[in-house]
Amino acid sequence: MSTTDDTSVSAPPRAAIEARTLRTDNWMRVPVLTVLGLTAWVAYATFRVFYQGNYWVADYHYLTPFYSPCFSVGCVPESAHFGRFLPDHPLLPYAALSLPFLLAFRLTCYYYRKAYYRSFWLSPPACAVPDGHAKYTGETRLPLIGQNLHRYFFYVALLITLVNTYDAILAFQSPAGFGFGLGNLVLLGNVALLWCYTFGCHSCRHVMGGKLRHFSKHPVRYRLWTIASVLNNRHMMWAWITLGSLMLTDFYVMAVSAGWISDLRFIN
Amino acid sequence: MSETDNDVERLTCDVLIIGAGGAGLRAAVEARLAGRSVIVISKSLFGKAHTVMAEGGAAAAMGNVNSRDNWQVHFRDTMRGGKFLNDYRMAELHAKEAPDRIWELETYGALFDRTPEGKISQRNFGGHEYPRLAHVGDRTGLELIRTLQQKLVSLQQDDAAATGSFEDRLRVIDEATITDLFVSDGVVQGAFGYRRDTGSFLAIAAPSIVLATGGIGRSFKVTSNSWEYTGDGHALALKAGASLINMEFIQFHPTGMVWPPSVRGILVTESVRGDGGVLTNTDGKRFMFDYIPEVFKAQYADTPEEADRWYTDPDHNRRPPELLPRDEVARAINAEVKAGRGTEHGGVYLDIASRRDPAYITKQLPSMYHQFKELADVDITAEPMEVGPTCHYIMGGIEVDADTTETGVTGLFAAGEVSGGMHGSNRLGGNSLSDLLVFGKRAGEHAAAHAERAETVAIDKESIERAATNALRPFTGEGENPYELQAALQEVNGRLVGIIRRASELEEALVELDALRPRIANVAAAGGRAYNPGWHLALDLENMLLCSIATAKAALERDESRGGHTREDAPGMDPQWRKTNLVETLEDGEVRLRRKPVPAMPPELLSLFETTELAKYMTPEEYRTTAAAEGPEAEQEDAE
Amino acid sequence: MSTRTFRVWRGDAEGGELVEFDVEVNEGEVVLDVIHRIQAEQAPDLAVRWNCKAGKCGSCSAEVNGMPRLTCMARMNLFEEGETVTVTPLRTFPIMRDLVTDVSFNYQKARETPSFTPPADLAPGEYRMQQVDVERSQEFRKCIECFLCQNTCHVVRDHEENKEPFAGPRVFIRVAELDMHPLDTRTDRQDTAQDEQGLGYCNITKCCTEVCPENIHITDNGIIPMKERVAGDRYDPLVWLGRKIFRKGERQD
Ligand SMILES: Cc1cc2nc3c(=O)[nH]c(=O)nc-3n(C[C@H](O)[C@H](O)[C@H](O)COP(=O)(O)OP(=O)(O)OC[C@H]3O[C@@H](n4cnc5c(N)ncnc54)[C@H](O)[C@@H]3O)c2cc1C
Ligand code: SF4
Ligand code: SF4
Ligand code: FES
Ligand code: FES
Repeated sequence: MSTTDDTSVSAPPRAAIEARTLRTDNWMRVPVLTVLGLTAWVAYATFRVFYQGNYWVADYHYLTPFYSPCFSVGCVPESAHFGRFLPDHPLLPYAALSLPFLLAFRLTCYYYRKAYYRSFWLSPPACAVPDGHAKYTGETRLPLIGQNLHRYFFYVALLITLVNTYDAILAFQSPAGFGFGLGNLVLLGNVALLWCYTFGCHSCRHVMGGKLRHFSKHPVRYRLWTIASVLNNRHMMWAWITLGSLMLTDFYVMAVSAGWISDLRFIN
Repeated sequence: MSETDNDVERLTCDVLIIGAGGAGLRAAVEARLAGRSVIVISKSLFGKAHTVMAEGGAAAAMGNVNSRDNWQVHFRDTMRGGKFLNDYRMAELHAKEAPDRIWELETYGALFDRTPEGKISQRNFGGHEYPRLAHVGDRTGLELIRTLQQKLVSLQQDDAAATGSFEDRLRVIDEATITDLFVSDGVVQGAFGYRRDTGSFLAIAAPSIVLATGGIGRSFKVTSNSWEYTGDGHALALKAGASLINMEFIQFHPTGMVWPPSVRGILVTESVRGDGGVLTNTDGKRFMFDYIPEVFKAQYADTPEEADRWYTDPDHNRRPPELLPRDEVARAINAEVKAGRGTEHGGVYLDIASRRDPAYITKQLPSMYHQFKELADVDITAEPMEVGPTCHYIMGGIEVDADTTETGVTGLFAAGEVSGGMHGSNRLGGNSLSDLLVFGKRAGEHAAAHAERAETVAIDKESIERAATNALRPFTGEGENPYELQAALQEVNGRLVGIIRRASELEEALVELDALRPRIANVAAAGGRAYNPGWHLALDLENMLLCSIATAKAALERDESRGGHTREDAPGMDPQWRKTNLVETLEDGEVRLRRKPVPAMPPELLSLFETTELAKYMTPEEYRTTAAAEGPEAEQEDAE
Repeated sequence: MSTRTFRVWRGDAEGGELVEFDVEVNEGEVVLDVIHRIQAEQAPDLAVRWNCKAGKCGSCSAEVNGMPRLTCMARMNLFEEGETVTVTPLRTFPIMRDLVTDVSFNYQKARETPSFTPPADLAPGEYRMQQVDVERSQEFRKCIECFLCQNTCHVVRDHEENKEPFAGPRVFIRVAELDMHPLDTRTDRQDTAQDEQGLGYCNITKCCTEVCPENIHITDNGIIPMKERVAGDRYDPLVWLGRKIFRKGERQD
């Protein structure tokens, strides 16, 4: 025929199939759930970030990740591990230096891109279901070409995850000195999950070793790449779990801080 | 280089290659590198020829895993596998050149599995004394065909860079079928065919034509082969005046799937047995112990205990009878089913689930696990598989000159499964892929050389018109539908020319095949010319019929049992027949058969074997011509 | 055994329609078996491609109930008893007849992809590569060229005009394969992919991966690493800084 002995990329007619899609399964389920899930999370996060209260449990040094690192002069002094210099303004979140990067990190994350391109942008809503748009240029021009900056945000997110880890370690506190309660488990668990998400990032995988041509010449990086790859395999799962764990951790700290519940203490 | 004439597209080239499997593509590379203009034609899409299905590997004595391996050992194994009926010169060239052909593939971009030193890894296979099969997991055929496909593309890119055209010197016309060769005075002139997509005709003038069309398996209902395997090349050669040899030798692989019906025949790799799988009947009996022939008693265990010890200690125990040569195992399964101890679907059980733990099975046999899971809903780590023999490969084929691959017709060459002689009466696993490369290259080289010195060729109008009329005949046929006729043909072959043959049944087969002739001649195709599979099949039927007749005739003539030819009424090998090839030609539309001596091996090759071994196959006069040198004890086996 | 209703698209470039067939279905059959039965008993000229019937050659691609898949691997028990099964040709490519489409787009894109370029001074037989170094490329070489990914990718499926600038997932994994090949010597593959093959058009929505019958992680292991390589070359601040300081490229190791 046809495969190589014809040289033009021509546009002869495709099969005239009337139905836009013939999928009979419930392909709308996933995009709908994604929209609901992401919207709910964004609503909660927005509320919390501008709430500017109940982010710190003074007795046990629990700091919610939504306020870390706390840079505003409005921060409780003990909660600001790295100094306070941002003006205290209701429209300026206390962690205003880290949050935009975290947001950008997740916005440019390859998984979230897939999720919102499909569910919010319908491009495409599901496989073999028509794109919701007449024109399409993907990530070839502004603004979407900016998705390539994911690497920057990854580096910053790495630092922030270190800060979160530091926060979680500092939180082994009680008025009596060392202390250990359920809140510590929540904070540690959250940090561990954040590492799973962050270390499984595609940019991380690339930096660790993915860009190499010869793994055999770089055994250590090969190991790191392998670890990143294992985590990366479940990147979508970590992306959702960490949304949940962030929210849960924040809520736990808020609830203890507000006195709705009291922390379950194991030691002191 | 193309002009259109009376709706027939006219093309010319130096070398026309019919078939885009391993053999055809390797020939194309070589002919193009020799500076000739090349056209490759294939019935299926580029890169989808039958070679894609090969799993196990390609045999080449590179000695990467065991450094004692060399071409002499490979040669010896090949001759044993073929029961000494092989064309010794082909086997010799094959063993000598296979390593270079494999290494070449790496320069084209192939990525074989590696040894710790970074060389090409080689695996063990039935009948090969040392680990010898270069492989990529269990998808070696895919690697081979994709590599060659990409090499062709890279040559086209070079041409485009030099001349601005991708296709001036090397052109692939896929989804086109050749239906006729033009020959005048024993010299090839060109070929005629149709494009499957439009049904329009092609006439290609070429001084050299390479046939690389593969096998004939579609003449059997239960087969591991695809629809392409209708014996087109065999039939084209016959009609062009060339001859076929050894057409009675067809390899039935003992383990094909039998259930569900739609997958009947699909291959279950021999590695299942190599890795510990056993065959049992419906009484739960491991029956292969009852089927060890006298000549193999020395090498095969007679108790399950000893057989089981072999897997871990092969030096002090004899091998399990499940690993007997393929023909033996296929016959045993056949006998069990006939005796009423088969499954309701006509197979026996192949059980690895009760013998190895699930993790081992999924690691060693990933594609078998997948295949059974997806296609049969059988979890082979928990349940036995149902298996039975399936038509797999034809050892016979077009008679060629070993060095040049030229057939009896000047300018007509043949390589790959379509050619005969190399594998004798039975092919070893892995020897086909290497055969494609070795003789594909030779075919390309000699076809190019021939084209360079050949006189210009011409195809006259009348020949084209005749070919066109012939091709359109099914549209005016008033007979049966091609699918029914194919089923009828398959039924005759399966019933009467299968694994176990008898003179009376073969005679009956010839009568029945003869009766099919007028029906096939009168086949009716419905619909139009554009992509019409019914019409395509209608045209293939004649080729299938010719090959079936050739096989039945030769099978009737050879009253002995050897390799892929088992005569219940003539069991055992006969040294007199070892010296005889059966050669078939077409005269006035009838297949004619004659005997032809097998060329005698020269002393230096004969001396690679021990006299005691030669004595099992040859008459004393044959092997006493030389003092036999040292050679390891014979151990025979076949494979996929 | 039961009788099922199949709707098969029949037609050509001039037009066509879904034609209904009532056809017998036996235990264990796949969609391709049923198509063959329709061909043998009711519509001898029904055009369909196939070869191996074992998921190895990638010929039999079509859309079954709207989902692109290999018809030889689509078991009938995927569908409910009594469910009508609709089989249509690949939507993205020009129709030839019935279930057969003109897939030349894919071959042309492959031909525009620079081939493997080994070191000039390395003789056959001297190639040494470690298993860990070939494994990534080997994954991509599992590709059976069924073109289901190319067909499903919305970039060309829904936007015919993108066929010019966009090569498609099958080609991207070929580029990735070569860029990760231990002995390939070309250094411009990332640029070619970005500038000439339209890597940027992919919005990593992963439909290619979803339909790949070989389970190749097209997006995660092929396209995204290529995007990362491009990003590393063009947009990574640390690499840029490193280059400024050490005055050397990070790409070759
Ligand atoms: C399931 C399976 C597993 C196997 N495993 C192994 C293995 O592990 N090792 C091994 O060595 N061997 C193996 N074999 C055998 C081996 O794969 C084949 O013998 C070999 O691939 C044949 O290659 P070929 O080049 O001769 O022909 P093919 O690859 O079959 O190509 C034939 C070509 O000719 C074309 N053609 C045919 N007729 C015409 C016509 N009339 N006009 C135009 N074109 C035509 C076809 O379209 C096709 O392109 C296996 C076979 C099967 C079925
Ligand atoms: S991930 Fe990219 S290449 Fe794959 S289907 Fe989606 S847009 Fe196409
Ligand atoms: S990558 Fe997968 S889906 Fe795409 S052509 Fe290859 S096998 Fe098919
Ligand atoms: S965080 Fe998801 S890919 Fe980087
Ligand atoms: S027929 Fe080969 S993949 Fe379906």
